[in-house]
Amino acid sequence: MNTVHVVQHEVPLAWYLLLSAVLFCLGIVGFLIKRNLITMFMSIELMLNAVNLSFVTFAHQWHQVRGQIFVFFVMMVAAAEAAVGLAIIIAVFRTRATLAVDRIDLMKL
Amino acid sequence: MHLILFIVFAALCLTGAVNLLLQKHPINSALSLIVVMTSLAVLYLLLGAEFLAAAQVIVYAGAIMVLFTFVVMLLNAGREERTLGSKAARTVGFPAVVAVLALIATTILRTQGIGNAAIEDQITSTADLSAILFTKLLLPFEVTSVLILVAILGSVALARQGDGERVDTK
Repeated sequence: MNTVHVVQHEVPLAWYLLLSAVLFCLGIVGFLIKRNLITMFMSIELMLNAVNLSFVTFAHQWHQVRGQIFVFFVMMVAAAEAAVGLAIIIAVFRTRATLAVDRIDLMKL
Repeated sequence: MHLILFIVFAALCLTGAVNLLLQKHPINSALSLIVVMTSLAVLYLLLGAEFLAAAQVIVYAGAIMVLFTFVVMLLNAGREERTLGSKAARTVGFPAVVAVLALIATTILRTQGIGNAAIEDQITSTADLSAILFTKLLLPFEVTSVLILVAILGSVALARQGDGERVDTK
């Protein structure tokens, strides 16, 4: 009786890892099928979040704080990356007047 | 309780991610990404990471997504034309994605000894986190402040460059 009670209230950590893997693959698919610069960037953020989830899951598994600290650093880098990336997108839009990646195919202005 | 919360928010997370792919307008994609990030914050809380849950809401769902929606509105991004990607993406990309997912899933499901998470598990408090962050990892923490400073300067320089050119042409 007691074991049944415990099983009902616990979630296997493998489910969290599977959710993380599915989210990561959805991010890759989004990066491949999206043709807009901003939504492609959003797919990258989705992939970063998926990896963060597995970091937190492993930190829970091993009862260590290191995994959570890694997520903290990933968040910092992601914030810096978002700021610089969106500034680059604005600069590209100024010169090209488009956000479609098919039409942004030259490094030269 | 833990199981119900996990199923609800994992489902919300997956729906948000799929909706991000299906929506054609960038602002709808941005809003569904906010749903994904907020439900991920609840999942962090279920795993006992209270500080990261708060940081996820503040940094990701707050700051980064505000930046995204701001840029979408600033550039007046319209509907994107739907394509199935390039030929390389179709022939190599999608099979590779399926292969990666299958590889990760089989590895996870075959691995023994991955534990369970229950709602009465210990919570990593902010004090535990900062005790390591400000002693052992003080140098990387300070280096990130330099990184953020460089990012601020870089984005200001990138955003101002266009203004200077426009003034010159006039």
